[in-house]
Formats: sequence, structure tokens, C-alpha cells
Amino acid sequence: MFNKKFFQAIALAIVFYAIVQGLIYGEVLNDYYVDTLVLLGINIILAVSLNLINGFTGQFSIGHAGFMSIGAYVSAILTVYFDLPFLVAILGGCLAAALAGLIIGLPTLRLKGDYLAIATLGFGEIIRIVWLNTEYVGGASGLNGISKYTNWTWAFFLTLVTIVVIQNIVKSTHGRAMIAVRENEIAAESMGVNVTRYKVYAFVIGAFFAGMAGALSAHYFYIIQPTSFNFMKSFEILVFVVLGGLGSTTGVVLGTILLTLLFTFLQDWPELRMIIYSLILVLTMIFRPKGLLGSVDLNKLLKKKTQPAAEKGVSS
Amino acid sequence: MAQQQILQVENASRIFGGLRAVSEVNMKIDQGELVGLIGPNGAGKTTLFNLLTGVYEPSEGKIFLNGRSVGGKKPYQITKLGAARTFQNIRLFGDMTVLENVMVAYNMHASHGLFSSIFRLPSHFGGEQEMREKAIEFLKIFKLDGKLDEYAKNLPYGEQRRLEIARALAAKPQLLLLDEPAAGMNPQETTDLMNLIRWIRDEFKITILLIEHDMGLVMGVCERIYVLDHGQIIAEGTPAEIRANSKVVEAYLGQEV
Repeated sequence: MFNKKFFQAIALAIVFYAIVQGLIYGEVLNDYYVDTLVLLGINIILAVSLNLINGFTGQFSIGHAGFMSIGAYVSAILTVYFDLPFLVAILGGCLAAALAGLIIGLPTLRLKGDYLAIATLGFGEIIRIVWLNTEYVGGASGLNGISKYTNWTWAFFLTLVTIVVIQNIVKSTHGRAMIAVRENEIAAESMGVNVTRYKVYAFVIGAFFAGMAGALSAHYFYIIQPTSFNFMKSFEILVFVVLGGLGSTTGVVLGTILLTLLFTFLQDWPELRMIIYSLILVLTMIFRPKGLLGSVDLNKLLKKKTQPAAEKGVSS
Repeated sequence: MAQQQILQVENASRIFGGLRAVSEVNMKIDQGELVGLIGPNGAGKTTLFNLLTGVYEPSEGKIFLNGRSVGGKKPYQITKLGAARTFQNIRLFGDMTVLENVMVAYNMHASHGLFSSIFRLPSHFGGEQEMREKAIEFLKIFKLDGKLDEYAKNLPYGEQRRLEIARALAAKPQLLLLDEPAAGMNPQETTDLMNLIRWIRDEFKITILLIEHDMGLVMGVCERIYVLDHGQIIAEGTPAEIRANSKVVEAYLGQEV
């Protein structure tokens, strides 16, 4: 079945992890590269989880930075004020973000399209203002003195977990129900799909992983400030998803890697950075309006090549 | 006849602002019947369908499916109660494959939850495998098994219609509602569709209610016909009775007969 391919992919990922870990240990990769790798992991978690909401379920949400900030602040509070272990703090951040997703999702998911976008955007800003005005977490100057627990290992394995969980959802009856909601809500509902429930599932799971990314980032950059979670952050994540291809996990991972690297390498030319960045976005949208891999399904391409083998598998 | 009633509509109305799109409609459909619903454009046929499937709630009156009231139920709950439908303008899941389209219908009876799918528990594999096999078997009946991995949006029109009917039937309804299944079909396709509808009724032992503009199809296939005009049922009877009904002829069939 899918087991063999799955374990091959996991094995490949672990080999990749070991090689990079070896290079870091041997000091071939300096801090600059490690920074980039961790940032890549965080961005991939954000983009892949937003893709579950926007790409697969078709709900246009742009409040992802809000959920990320909840994960960041809650996990930082847990390690800084309560001295809890990092893993517990991450879980706390994830669950807090997921809870927020549930509370926000239940009323707002009745809205469609632009209206949902505005509501989620508003939510993101409200959360940011809440942090800004809470002295307990440092207000505008942010929360200081967070220990640096995040490293390449944490970033890598949590990214892996995110991708596996999201893919496991998507490649199941639940994922098909979500895609059906995206494709045609009325038809999905008349086929017996509980549309509201699946929208909330997508929203809560997306928020959960956004919280995870927030926790990772808070414990990597020592300090968190409300300004790092403004709506520009939400748009940044959205751009990863749209450029990679809504509804394609492979595409979104690829798009996130390309854009993150591009952004990092362009840091030496700050005045040109945004120009080149936006130029690439414009060109992508002209030549690949559905995103890099928006209209390509790798699995289906592979399946076509191995059709006879697949058929044998079904009949046996 | 002591047959069980599958659908019972009692004085159902639907009011949009000042417009009574459906007005005090009464209907009774027995199990296993093949019933037609006709009427001029704008008579309220699709609105009545939307009332039956829970897209709209009746402003007045009651609707019973299998003896249970559908009032206040959402469309997916009504589907679970045993009514599935197709749409006037085809509503397939375009970017999903033929197989996946049908598999969506099995979601409501899924034996494995989200949790077991995330952690790939044995129940996930069992459940998915069962769904897959059921869907493939099902598509064989509709001669669509050669196109399992084709995207629904890439199918020719006639096959899209067939897939939509197949998908609705996969939800295992006791009452199948077809909204203008022959729209846009040529005479040959319409004849095939007529045979398909009869065959579905006999094979699946279900009740069918269909809206149709194609008189040849309605008169040829339906055992009983309701005529809707301006939101009201103006006639009910066998095809022969409907043909002879002066009210109907006046409202609708005038030029045809």
C-alpha cells in the first residue's frame, strides 16, 4: 500500500537530517546557515498549515500570524515564568492557538470569501493589540530573555511532523471532504458532508500548527514583540502558499523554500530586496497563476508511470 | 395501497420577500414510485427541491421524509435521512477525480475518525480500502470505471451528468431527487438517460422524483406527475391524465400537445 513509499520518504528525510546535523556538528555550516535552516522549518510549518485552511478547504483566512503569536507568547510565558520544559511549552502554545482557532472559527466560518478574510484579518490585529497592551508580556517592548531552546533538530522534526500530519489528513476521507467543501460547498453538503465541522477541523488544526511555529520562533530569536506578528506576517505566509500552489503540499514546501532563501540572500541589498521579491511574485502569477505546482499533482504523475503495478495492487 | 410513504409535504410554502415561490404545496410520494415534477420556468420547482433537501427551510408547512420531519435539519442531515440529489447546473467536485467524487459520498458513513487518519491507525487503512473498493464497484455499474483517475471537470457533458447521478446514488438514498437531468442532452442521450432512470429505480429499489422540461422524457418515464405553476400544484395524475387536463394545457403544455 502506501506504507512502503511512506517509510522510504521518512528514511530519506532522516538521512537528510543526519547529514545536516553532521555538517553543523563539524562546523561546516555556520550559524548563518543554521539560522536559515530553522527559519525555513518555521516558515514551512506556517505555510503548510495555512494551506490546509486556504488551499484544501478553500476558506480564505489571513489571520495566521495571530495564531502564531498565541503559540509564541503562551509557550514563552510557560518557559520564562513557569520554567516548564520546552516540549510542554510547545504543546501549550499549540493547544492555546488551537483553542483560539476554535473560538474564532465557530462564528466566523459562517462567512464566505472576502468577508471571512476580513474577519480573520481583524482577529489577527486584535490579538496583536492585546499583546501590545498586556504588561505581563512586556507590552510594546515585547517579552525578553526567552531561552534559546529551538535548534535544527527541533525545527526539522516538528516540520516533518507537520507535513506528515497534514498529508495524512489530506489523503483520507476527511481530506476529501475538505476538498469537496472547497470545490462546491452546496454539493458537498448535499452529499452528506458536515461542512461546518470540516471547516472548523481545518481551522483548528491549521491554528494548532501555526502555534507550533510561533513557539519555535519565540525560542530561537530570544525576544518576541507584537510588531513581528502584524498583518504583513500573515500576508507573507499567504504568499508562500499562493506562490507554491494552493492545495499542493509539495508546491507549498517548494515555494516556501524558494521565497525564504531568496529573501535571506537578498538581505545584502536592502533597497532592491522588495523590488526583486515583488517582481518574482508578479511573474509567477502571470506565468503560473495557480502557483508553482498548483496544477501538478506529483502523486498522480508518479501513479501514471506505474499504472500496471498499481492495478496489480488493487486486484490482489 | 398500504405502501409506506417516503415523502410527505404538508402545506409547504417558501416566501422570498413578497414572492410566494412555493405556496401551500401538498405532495405524497409512496415508496418505489417514479414521480415527475413539471411546470413552466420560474414555477418554483427548484425552490421546492431546495425545501426538500434542506437548502431552504419552509416558511410555512411541514415536510416529512420517511415519516421524520426535516424541519430545521441541515442538508447533510437530510442526506443521512435518505434523500440525495443532483443539480440543475452540474455541481461536481471538478478538481477531484471521478473516484474521489464518489468516495465523498461515503464520508458520512466513515468508520474511521480524523484521529485514526492522522495517526494512520489500522482502522484508517481498513476504512479507506473499503470505501475505495465500494466506489470502484459502484462506478462499474455506471460504466465509468475506465476513468477512475480522470478529473471530473475533464469528462464530457453526458458523463458528468452520469457521474453526478452515480455520486448521489452512492449516498444510498431512499429518495433520489433529479433536477433536470436531461438538460443540454441530445435526443439519443435523453433516451439513454430514460433507460438509466428506469433501471436505477428497479435496480436500487428507490423512489425517484425528477424535475424535467423534456416532455418526452417525463411522459415516457414517470408514473405520476405533479404540475407546479406560480408556486402552486395545479394538477396531479398519470401522464395521460396530465395530458388531458385543461388547466395544465393552459398553463404549460398548450403548444406541445
